[in-house]
Amino acid sequence: MRRLTWFNTTSLTLGFAFLYLPMVILVIYSFNSSKLVTVWAGFSTKWYGELMRNEAFLDAAWVTIKVAVLSSTFATVLGTLAAYVLVRAGRFWGRTLFSGMIYAPLVMPEVITGLSLLLLFIGIGLDRGVMTIVLAHTTFSMCYVSVVVSSRLSTFDMSLEEAALDLGSTPFEAFRLVTLPIIAPAVISGWLLAFTLSLDDLVIASFTSGPSATTLPIKIFSAVRLGVSPEINALSTIMIAIVTVGVISASLISKRAAVRQRLEEQQAVRS
Amino acid sequence: MRRFALIAVPYFWLLALFLVPFAIVFKISLSDIALSIPPYLPQLDLAKGWKGFTKFLGALDFENFEFLMMDDLYYKAYLSSLKIAAISTFLTLLIGYPIAYAMTRASEEWRPTLLMLVILPFWTSFLIRVYAWIGILGQEGFLNQTLMFLGLTSEPLIILNTPIAVYIGIVYTYLPFMILPIYSALEKLDDSLLEAAEDLGCSRIKAFWLVTFPLSRGGIIAGCFLVFIPTLGEFVIPSLLGGSNTLMIGKVLWDEFFSNRDWPLASAVAVILLLILIIPIILFQRNEQKQRESEG
Repeated sequence: MRRLTWFNTTSLTLGFAFLYLPMVILVIYSFNSSKLVTVWAGFSTKWYGELMRNEAFLDAAWVTIKVAVLSSTFATVLGTLAAYVLVRAGRFWGRTLFSGMIYAPLVMPEVITGLSLLLLFIGIGLDRGVMTIVLAHTTFSMCYVSVVVSSRLSTFDMSLEEAALDLGSTPFEAFRLVTLPIIAPAVISGWLLAFTLSLDDLVIASFTSGPSATTLPIKIFSAVRLGVSPEINALSTIMIAIVTVGVISASLISKRAAVRQRLEEQQAVRS
Repeated sequence: MRRFALIAVPYFWLLALFLVPFAIVFKISLSDIALSIPPYLPQLDLAKGWKGFTKFLGALDFENFEFLMMDDLYYKAYLSSLKIAAISTFLTLLIGYPIAYAMTRASEEWRPTLLMLVILPFWTSFLIRVYAWIGILGQEGFLNQTLMFLGLTSEPLIILNTPIAVYIGIVYTYLPFMILPIYSALEKLDDSLLEAAEDLGCSRIKAFWLVTFPLSRGGIIAGCFLVFIPTLGEFVIPSLLGGSNTLMIGKVLWDEFFSNRDWPLASAVAVILLLILIIPIILFQRNEQKQRESEG
């Protein structure tokens, strides 16, 4: 019954062309030797060279990576905990509020989140800088992590953990030895998601950063407000390349892991 | 005891960094702009004890909200944001549904690849994806050059810095959010239902409207909320693609805060935006809960 009609094929082709053409054009024009980004004047990699010599961009890139590593790590720990609470803790006082606070940040407009966090930091007298951006990013990305992890946890076979407890392990050991290895793929993809969300964020970082800490998106935004620039094209191409390589290799790894798991299960059944 | 600690850590983190900040926004929306650091009055002076607190409460008022009602800039910005969000959600659904549907029709071994192709742009920087359109939609941009080369227009079309560019930008960046929930709803669909409908004499198109479409409703609703709610407060897309011709409330809030440095007014803008969003956010959450229960 499942087959592609010409209509299906057309919508797939047009849909993916729409999703990918703009990025392809961007990548092509990053190798344009002309400063006028709309006129093709021959192949050149000079904008990549210019970018590497641009201290301000390099500094911002460093700050961005620092923030992303720290916030995604905190967010993974907190988000996994939150997911565990959502799926396992059963009923407790204020559960509706808790799940509301997990889901609301996913759709909350960034201007509101950014403004409210800034006013909090000012209110308690925290100096704005790397630390405040990390706190802000941790807060919104932990919600993404907990959604990813909780969907994995809810399909998890509880009896495995109960068996570990019956066999005498402490609850923490059962979590570390049984639950964690099984939910690990979700935890890892949660970390990656938190990492890219942090790399990408302009609005919340603009509100919560101070003059001492400028992230790459803030730098890019102020550059492109004035129009297209070949250096930004080069920077975008590098970022697109990193993401593409990352996502494709991650999916290959998880595919291989799935195949291996299936083989092991089959062997276990046979023996 | 351990259970309490387990719940308390994420709970208090979210209370302190998600809920309390909203209370502060609300408080500051009742304050007045002032030339001080931070730039609003009154400040809560706890050193004066109870008297300081009552004085502080007395100085709060709804002036900012009155101002928002009087000045039609804000009123128009809310309306135009609602309009832009609604139209672009509809456009995203119109474009996203056929793609999601076609993905489920593809053969088993192709589906993971197609799924990855939809997710990949989501991992790429949002800012860069919006920026890519500046080079395409501009007067001397790629689109106009192509159209003029093909002889379809003699003069460049003006698209950048108009609402059309904003619609294109929103549909482009939010399309994966529409495709994914619809895809996962359609994927679960039992094919034998369609076969039954066709055996009972339905045409394919009729079977689609009577069986497939109603059963994918959960996915459609989730997708629409995932597009509509964040779009309503969108800042990056209108400010890069919309120019000064597009009025959206996220941009108004940003300018009020960063350009005019009127923190109390920016907070009042945020409070009203939040009030508008509460209903769709609650509906979204209900829908998610229902989906999860029907799965589990």
